[in-house]
Amino acid sequence: MHNITNYSITELNKKIRNHEISVEELVKETYYFARKQNSKFNCFVSFIDEDLVLLRAKKVQKQIDNGELTSPIAGIPIAIKDNICVKDSLTTCSSKILYNFKPTYNATVIEALENAGAIIFGKTNMDEFAMGSTTETSFFGVTKNPRNSQHVPGGSSGGSAAAVASKACVCALGSDTGGSIRQPASYCGVVGIKPTYGTVSRYGLIAYASSLDQIGPIASNVTDCTVLLDAISAFDNKDSTSIKREDYNFTSALKKDVKGLKIGIPKDYFEDGIDDSVKEAIYDAANVFKENGAIVEEFDLSLVKYAIPAYYIIASAEASSNLARFDGVEYGYRTKEYTSLHDMYKKSRSEGFGAEVKRRIMLGSFVLSSGYYDAYYLKALKTKALIKQAFDEAFKKYDVIISPVAPTTAPKLGESLSDPLKMYLSDIYTISLNLCGLPGISIPCAVDNQGLPIGLQIIANQFNEKDIIRTAYTFEQIRGDFEKISSEENTISN
Amino acid sequence: MISNETIEYVGLLAELYLSDEDKEQAKHDISNMINYIDMLKELDSTDVVPMVQTISINNFFRDDIVTNENNTEDTVKNAPDVRENKFAVPATFD
Repeated sequence: MHNITNYSITELNKKIRNHEISVEELVKETYYFARKQNSKFNCFVSFIDEDLVLLRAKKVQKQIDNGELTSPIAGIPIAIKDNICVKDSLTTCSSKILYNFKPTYNATVIEALENAGAIIFGKTNMDEFAMGSTTETSFFGVTKNPRNSQHVPGGSSGGSAAAVASKACVCALGSDTGGSIRQPASYCGVVGIKPTYGTVSRYGLIAYASSLDQIGPIASNVTDCTVLLDAISAFDNKDSTSIKREDYNFTSALKKDVKGLKIGIPKDYFEDGIDDSVKEAIYDAANVFKENGAIVEEFDLSLVKYAIPAYYIIASAEASSNLARFDGVEYGYRTKEYTSLHDMYKKSRSEGFGAEVKRRIMLGSFVLSSGYYDAYYLKALKTKALIKQAFDEAFKKYDVIISPVAPTTAPKLGESLSDPLKMYLSDIYTISLNLCGLPGISIPCAVDNQGLPIGLQIIANQFNEKDIIRTAYTFEQIRGDFEKISSEENTISN
Repeated sequence: MISNETIEYVGLLAELYLSDEDKEQAKHDISNMINYIDMLKELDSTDVVPMVQTISINNFFRDDIVTNENNTEDTVKNAPDVRENKFAVPATFD
């Protein structure tokens, strides 16, 4: 069956404008498929009231018809990760401590999407406060990988990636602090972009690690992802780290052309712990670029293994500070019985946060405490400087770097949380981009012998999103339809 | 290995109650992480300037002008306990 959510944003936009489908019909169909897929994979934490959304759909239809709305995302239903504030709609971060929280304002990205005519309809599941790589730390239950429901979808934006992969909807927003858009996109066989730090406003994104967090798009193909990126990228005076860029027209980079492009492959990414199938898939992709006129070279990036310890020190330190605001006073969960104000804070937090969140708050408190600050936190900031230097050197020689997104394909459900350190190691190829503020894209390039998707990561220097988009688009055009590459027994049932 | 005193102190900083079982688990987890992140000590970073912000521009500051209306009612809507349009908390002194 070819359902409506199988179409791309571009195709749906055309259908809406040609009156082949109304926005209202599209929204109704999306709710139908989203609920259906949600019952199988648990991609959503909540849906926004359908009647209200249908009223908005009618309004958007009118604005499209009278020429007020011209954006390619006008009328397109979009799912939103549950750490992005949507006014008057549940925004829980998949945590008990925010189980009933309804923001009184919209995140800047939500305003941007709605101004362009997009339809926000549901909030997607995630690791609690985006802390995790599997979407198993959610208070609202695990999300399953639509390619094989015995496996995790990745994380922390696992709900968004699974929603897109299962065709519950056409596209979604995620957030990426250490790989949380790119890794689930890779595990679920969809496309995800983490923009240069400061490109997309963080206003209204519930903070995990503020110096690393970026919001980005997840969709089935490079074009849809880029169209969404265009819509959400802008300078915002409500985010003090927002950047005024000269050019937000990323879609202009959708060209099939890598002739003369200099591509580097970090040799030291392929040494330990990487699956053979992943390694082969990345080198096969490198050959595709070579055959199409790119100059591909291997090089030593160096310092690879130091990125994870530096990341976990910095991210946990920032998390311990950011999550200090959750105390049961102004919003969210408050414990039932308490003897004093301080007792109420501590009990609400102890009962409201899950194990992984507590682990990171404690690690963060530890590395920031007097006596350890220099040895750990300051050392991590120095390591970050060294890693940034290594990338600066690499980008003197190469336009883009290609690498795996993760060392393996999606692990089985229940295998990761028992050994947190092992789970952290799976972020080895993604986290340095967050440490260095670099843009990256994850695009499916092959499947392993179990039919699980393998993602190719394309990295560029700060502000060079167009290079990764052009490279990914070229690869996608040559690769062809990924759903056809995915093995037959692995086809997602509608 | 992390001492009991350190874990007590971390619990205090993190504003979390830790049962004896939690403390043992936290000791185990933090010790494991510390053993792992100690690999950073191999790196010579003597003359390296700590990097907080990777994008080489300054933070954007705006004038502190109120742009929203008074929406107290909205603001307290999420509160677990409200009295007279204010957040209600247990008394801190008699």
